[in-house]
Amino acid sequence: MTGWLLAMVQTLCVVLFAPFMAGWVKWLKCKLQNRQGPAPWQPYRDLLKLSRKEVLLAVTASPVFRAAPYVVFSVTVVAVSVVPIVSVQLPTAALADVIVLVGFLALARFFLSLAGMDIGTAFGGMGSSREVTISSLAEPALLMAFFTLSMNASSTNLSTVISHLVQSDFILYPSLIFSSMGLILVAIAETGRIPIDNPATHLELTMIHEAMILEYSGRHLALMEWAAMLKLTLYSVLIANLVIPWGVAMTLAPGDILVGIVAVACKLLVLGALLAISETVQAKMRLFRAPQFLGLAFILSLLGMMSHIILEVG
Amino acid sequence: MLITALSFPEQLVLTLAALILLSSFLMLAQVRLDSLINVFALQGLLLFAATVLMAFISGKYHLLISAALTLFLKVFFIPGQLRHLVVRLDIHREVEVIGNPSLIMLFAAGLVLFSYYVALPIRALSLLSTRNTIAISLAVVLIGMLIVISRRKAVTQVVGFMSMENGLFFAAVVSTYGMPMVVELGVAFDVLVAAILFGVFFFHIRTEIGSLDTDRLNRLTEVER
Repeated sequence: MTGWLLAMVQTLCVVLFAPFMAGWVKWLKCKLQNRQGPAPWQPYRDLLKLSRKEVLLAVTASPVFRAAPYVVFSVTVVAVSVVPIVSVQLPTAALADVIVLVGFLALARFFLSLAGMDIGTAFGGMGSSREVTISSLAEPALLMAFFTLSMNASSTNLSTVISHLVQSDFILYPSLIFSSMGLILVAIAETGRIPIDNPATHLELTMIHEAMILEYSGRHLALMEWAAMLKLTLYSVLIANLVIPWGVAMTLAPGDILVGIVAVACKLLVLGALLAISETVQAKMRLFRAPQFLGLAFILSLLGMMSHIILEVG
Repeated sequence: MLITALSFPEQLVLTLAALILLSSFLMLAQVRLDSLINVFALQGLLLFAATVLMAFISGKYHLLISAALTLFLKVFFIPGQLRHLVVRLDIHREVEVIGNPSLIMLFAAGLVLFSYYVALPIRALSLLSTRNTIAISLAVVLIGMLIVISRRKAVTQVVGFMSMENGLFFAAVVSTYGMPMVVELGVAFDVLVAAILFGVFFFHIRTEIGSLDTDRLNRLTEVER
């Protein structure tokens, strides 16, 4: 019973924390670029403002367009709920393994790109086509990285993978290094950060994510943006808990949980800072270079799997 | 041998082996000569680190001499020489056109699998704890060959050739704790001489055919058809 309660509270906390994560990255990035920058809690104000505003719908909008924000947001929340964040003793983690998790993310993306095409404007269609191109290249790399991690722990369940890493002695697995590098590259591409997409721009020729949600307003836009922030937090949590799994609580004892909360919060803030630094030192790539970037991610994941087979077993 | 049964320095050697393989893949993906030479120097550095580690793991300190030679030749001298050549030939911004890059990368991944299967019986004969890396070194040799095949310019072909030599050296270090000293010194000087000779050769190719594109060496006529 405590497990289910913890799962619910944990999901709720992450959903509430997500705007701060996005704001934190933005604030740090502004500081690094010698700009004033909005406070880290600015996204909360934005979301509140948007949710109060009137929803304007295009005359050509179909029910899919209206349903998409709710589907995208709730699917992302479900995806967050199956990831062990503070403790591995999570009853929801038994419901879905990494493959289902990737499936959830794909479902959200499917509705997002449908919504982009629904109105019939040029930008929406263009954004959807780009998003689908990029994710079709990113998904094999993501799955390959997850498979390598799963082969290490002989399970596709995230809880088992994390507890296997924490409980065994420290071993330098070459495969983990490669698959986490692949995972990081995929996360950058999938959350629409520099160098694949620039979250801060509405420039016609370069935007991907923004192009799809261009027609949304009011609470629909708020949900779409919140889902994007949640996705950023979800990928950060995945990287934090799979690459540096130490600190995740193994039991439901209050002391362990407290350590788990502090550990995951610190890891997320550090990852956010690293993201801000990498976004500051890099420029956005041309769209046609994106397959190369994701090709590198795939090769890294593939090398991870091969070094597992060649070097670590047998 | 399971990685859990190895000591930490041995795990580090395995990680370095994987990184050397990665550097081979990176060399295959580079289109600019500058960055290609930098990655080649990086591969030399990784090789140096692996050799030093192997020397301390095995207690065979003559490996340190090979390591020092690697550091001098493959990290500083040859890349320096190549950079110098590239500047003198004024080709440092040259973008090479190779076949479909993703296809070549997948082909290289296939080569790694191939060398894994080829190395399985060899692995069974070795008693060293780092014997799993034999497949990796074979893959580095094959990918070096792929670099030579898939590039047109003479300079990149030379880098591919040197990378093949890196693979052979790595194989010797991880499977038998290095070759006899005489052989190793001989190989090192061969590489040194090769680097200098290639440099001279580049200028000759260029004055003869006006380009470093080795495809044009296949033509027998002097007039463009």
